[in-house]
Amino acid sequence: MSAPTMLAWTAVCPLDRLDPDRGVAALVDGVQVALFRTGGELYAVDNLDPVGGAQVMSRGIVGSRGGLPTLASPLHKQVYDLTTGRCLDLPGVALRRHEVRCRDGLVEVRLRQEE
Amino acid sequence: MSGRLVVVGNGMVGQRFVEALRARDQERRWQVTVLGEERRPAYDRVRLSAFFDGVSAEELNLHTPDDGVELRLGEPALAVDRARRVVVTASGEHPYDALVLATGSSAFVPPIGGADLPGVFVYRTLDDLAAIRAHAEGRRTGAVIGGGLLGLEAANALRLLGLDTSVVEFAPRLMPVQVDEAGGAMLRRYVEELGVTTYLGVATSALRPGPDGTVGALELSDGRTVEADLVVVAAGIRPRDELARAAGLPLGPRGGVLVDAGCRTADERIWAVGECAAVEGTCHGLVAPGYATAEVVADRLLGGAATFPGADTATKLKLLGVDVASFGDAHGATPGCLDVTFTDPATRAYAKLVLSDDARTLLGGVLVGDASAYPTLRASVGGPLPAPPLALLAPAGGAGAGAGALPAAAQVCSCNAVTRADLDAAIAGGAADVPALKACTRAGTSCGSCVPMLKQLLDAAGVRQSTALCEHFDAGRQELFDIVRVRGIRTFSQLIAEHGRGRGCDICKPVVASILASLGTGHVLDGEQASLQDTNDHFLANLQRDGSYSVVPRIPGGEITPEKLIVIGEVARDFRLYTKITGGQRIDLFGARVEQLPQIWRRLVDAGFESGHAYGKALRTVKSCVGETWCRYGVQDSVGLAVALELRYRGLRAPHKLKSAVSGCARECAEARSKDFGIIATETGWNLYVGGNGGFRPRHADLFATDLSTEALIQLIDRFLIYYIRTADRLQRTAAWIEAMDGGLDHLRSVLVDDSLGLCAELDAAMARHVAGYSDEWRDVLEDPERLRRFTSFVNAPDVPDPSISFAVERGQPVPARGAPPGADGRRQPVALGLPEVRR
Repeated sequence: MSAPTMLAWTAVCPLDRLDPDRGVAALVDGVQVALFRTGGELYAVDNLDPVGGAQVMSRGIVGSRGGLPTLASPLHKQVYDLTTGRCLDLPGVALRRHEVRCRDGLVEVRLRQEE
Repeated sequence: MSGRLVVVGNGMVGQRFVEALRARDQERRWQVTVLGEERRPAYDRVRLSAFFDGVSAEELNLHTPDDGVELRLGEPALAVDRARRVVVTASGEHPYDALVLATGSSAFVPPIGGADLPGVFVYRTLDDLAAIRAHAEGRRTGAVIGGGLLGLEAANALRLLGLDTSVVEFAPRLMPVQVDEAGGAMLRRYVEELGVTTYLGVATSALRPGPDGTVGALELSDGRTVEADLVVVAAGIRPRDELARAAGLPLGPRGGVLVDAGCRTADERIWAVGECAAVEGTCHGLVAPGYATAEVVADRLLGGAATFPGADTATKLKLLGVDVASFGDAHGATPGCLDVTFTDPATRAYAKLVLSDDARTLLGGVLVGDASAYPTLRASVGGPLPAPPLALLAPAGGAGAGAGALPAAAQVCSCNAVTRADLDAAIAGGAADVPALKACTRAGTSCGSCVPMLKQLLDAAGVRQSTALCEHFDAGRQELFDIVRVRGIRTFSQLIAEHGRGRGCDICKPVVASILASLGTGHVLDGEQASLQDTNDHFLANLQRDGSYSVVPRIPGGEITPEKLIVIGEVARDFRLYTKITGGQRIDLFGARVEQLPQIWRRLVDAGFESGHAYGKALRTVKSCVGETWCRYGVQDSVGLAVALELRYRGLRAPHKLKSAVSGCARECAEARSKDFGIIATETGWNLYVGGNGGFRPRHADLFATDLSTEALIQLIDRFLIYYIRTADRLQRTAAWIEAMDGGLDHLRSVLVDDSLGLCAELDAAMARHVAGYSDEWRDVLEDPERLRRFTSFVNAPDVPDPSISFAVERGQPVPARGAPPGADGRRQPVALGLPEVRR
C-alpha cells in the first residue's frame, strides 16, 4: 500500500445526509467517490465499478459477509470488503479506498493514490 | 447382430423402443426404419383426454427427430414375408435383418347391432377424439359402453363436451378390473354426483338410429332404453396381431404375438413389444410393462440377455376428479390373504389393503377418493409393511410413513422401472435435489406421482435441501413472508435482529424489500426500506451498462392515445433519449441520468402516465391482441380485459417479475401461453393458463380453468397471484413454483378452486387490500421533497451531470459511447467530458 497523498480533506455533506446502508456519490477533486455509513462507521471507495466499468458503486447494497462490512456491485453483484476494498468473489480485483472522517457534523473525504 | 432393423408401429412403446436402442447403440450397428400407420408421430396416449382440455397434439408429441432413424408415417405394414425377410407396404418393400412388431392394440367393438351407425366411436387415437368433438357439436346426450378405466375417461370427455352422459357397464361395478365392490360403490357415488348416470350389471343389446340416421339410443338387455346422440365404445382392447397371424407366427391363447421372456417370437429375427405382444402368453394393456418389453428387446438386439421382469399392473389415476388407485393383488386372489379396509363417509375415502396370511407382507390394495398413500404402498408390495396398516390408510398416512422405510429393491418409479437402490446410488453419486435425481435416473419424469418420494429419499439419505436464504437467515422466503406477515414486522432491522444475524446482503435485503412491498408497508424509498432496494428499485428505473437508466411508463394492455404517444416522443426528444418498443407492448426510454429521472417523470405524470414497474420484481405488462373490437376473428374484448387486469395488478410486487397477456381468440396472437398467467377467449368466456414464461428456459403455460366468466377469472387470478407471492422462493417464477409444488397443478387447483386449505377468503382479502392501496410510486416521489432528494448525481454537486456518461449516435439515436477497452487490470477508462483529468 502506498503512502497517503498530500491532498487536503474535502467537506462533502452533513453526516445526517448519509442514510445508514444507502450510499451516495460525491465528486471530490474530479474523482467520483462512493460514500457509505454502515455499522456506525464511514467508508469511501471509488464509485467506479472495476469490473463493469461504470460509475455506479454508490448504488450497491451494503451488508456483511462473515463479519466483514461489504458492498455489492449493482451491475453484476460482485461483493467487496469495505474495510480493504478487496473483491471477495474475484481474486485480484479491488476497489480503491479513500480516507473519510466526520468533523463537526460534516463528512470529509481525502483522496488516495492508487493502492 | 447388426444390419437393417424395421419397427412396425410408432406408438408410445415403439417410440420408447427406438429411443432405448439408439441410446445404447453407440456404434450404430442398426440402421432403423419405423413404419407408422397414423399420420402423426408417437404421442402420449396415456394423456389422450388432455386433448379435450385444450392440450394440442404437438404438446402430446413424444417423438424427437433422430437422423439415425427413418420414420415413415402413414405407411402401414401390409404383410411380412419371412422367407425373403421383407415388410411389404403400399409403397414398396423394406428388407430387414431384424423386425420388431410394435403394432399395439385396437379398440374392441362387441358384435351388437348398430355398432356401425354414424355417431358411434372408439376412444383410441387423436383422430377419434377429434371426430367425437366434431360430432358432439349441437348434440345433447352421450353414452359410453364400458365402465372401466378408459370408459370413465371417455365419460368425462363427453361431460366436458356438454353432453348428458350415461355409462353402461356389464359388470356389477365400475372399474371392475381395478377396484373391489366397496371401492366401486364409492366411485359410483362420486361419478353420479357429477351428473353421469350409471347402468351397472347390464349389457347393451343394440344401438338404434335417431331420426337423422345417426345413433339415437341404446337398448339394454333388461329392456330399458338410454337416449344417446353419440356413443363411445370402450369395452376393452384387442392386440393388433393380424400381421403376425398372416405371417404364420404363433399367437397367445387370447391373441397377441406369442413371445418368450426375451420378447422374441418363434422366428428368431422377429420380436414384439408393447400391447401386441403376448409375453409368455399374456398381453399387458398398460404402458409400464410395454416400456419394459421395449427395454428388453433393445438390450437383446445389442447382444444382451435381458428378460421381461413381470408386469406391474398398479394404476393410479384421477377419473372425473376422483383419485383411484389399485396395485398388486387388489382383489385378494392369494390363498389365505387378509383384507384391511377403511371407509370414511365423511371424506368419502375408501381404502383396502390385502395382506399375506401372517399380516406381514403387503400383497396389494385399492384406494378411492384419497390416493396419497399410493406411492409408498405400491413400492411396498411384496415386502414388509412400512407401518401399521391403519397408519398407512388414515388420510396422508402413507406419506407420513415415508419412502425412507422402503427396501432397496422396491420400485419407486414404476413408469421408468427405477428402484430405491438406483436412487440411493444416484444420491450417493452426488444428486442433491429432485431435478438432479430426475436427470440421472429418469425417475419421476413420466407420470410424476413418485416425486414426493424422491424428496423423502433425499431426506432419508441425510441430504439437507437447505431452505436458508443466505448466511443471514436460516428461513427461506416463504417462511420469512409468514414471519413478517403474521408478526407484523415492518423493518428489516427488526427482522434480522429477531430472526437472523449480521447486517444482511444483496440476497436477503431485496427479498425482504419485496415482502414488505407486497404487504403494503409504504413507499419503497422511505426510511430504512430505501437501503434494501435492489439495483433497479434503488432509483425506480432500469440501470444500464453505462450507469444511465431507462424509463418505462405504463401503457395498460398496450393501448395508447395519439396524444400520449406524442408526449412520449416529446419527452424522448427533449431529454435526448433512445427509444425502443418493448416486447410487452410499451416504450422504453434509454439514456436518462439519475438527476433527470424526476424531470422526465414530472412530464410523464403530468400527461397522465404512471410507473410501469419495469424496474421491479412486480407485474410488468398485460399484453393483448386487438380482440373482437376490430379483428374479424376475435370473440371477446381482449384489450378491455388486458387493461382491466393491468390496472388491477399494477404495482404488485412478487418473488419475480410477472407477465400476462390476453388473446381474443384461439389464434392466440397475444402469446398468452408464454406468460405467468395468460388468458385466451372462448365463445363463452375465458380460459386461464398459468406457469408460462419466455426467457432462458421457455415454457408454455398449462391450462388451469376453462370457460370462466370475467368475475370468476379475476377471482382465480387474484388467488393465484397472492398464493404465489406468499409461497414462492426467491426469484422463482410461477413455472418453477408450480413444478416444485407437491401435487403440481392439481394441488394448485385444489387450493385455489376447491379451497382445500381454507385460504381463499384470506387470499381474496389480500388482493382487495392491494388494489385499494395502490398508489403510483413515481407520483409519490414527485410529491415528496425527501424522496426527491435521493435523485441527485453527487451529494456535494447535485446539478453536475455524471461526466462518465456520454453518447454516440447510431441509426439516428443516442447510444452509450464505448470508452477505451478494459485495460490489463480489467478497468475501463471513463470518458470525462469538460472536467479536469482526474489522475495525477
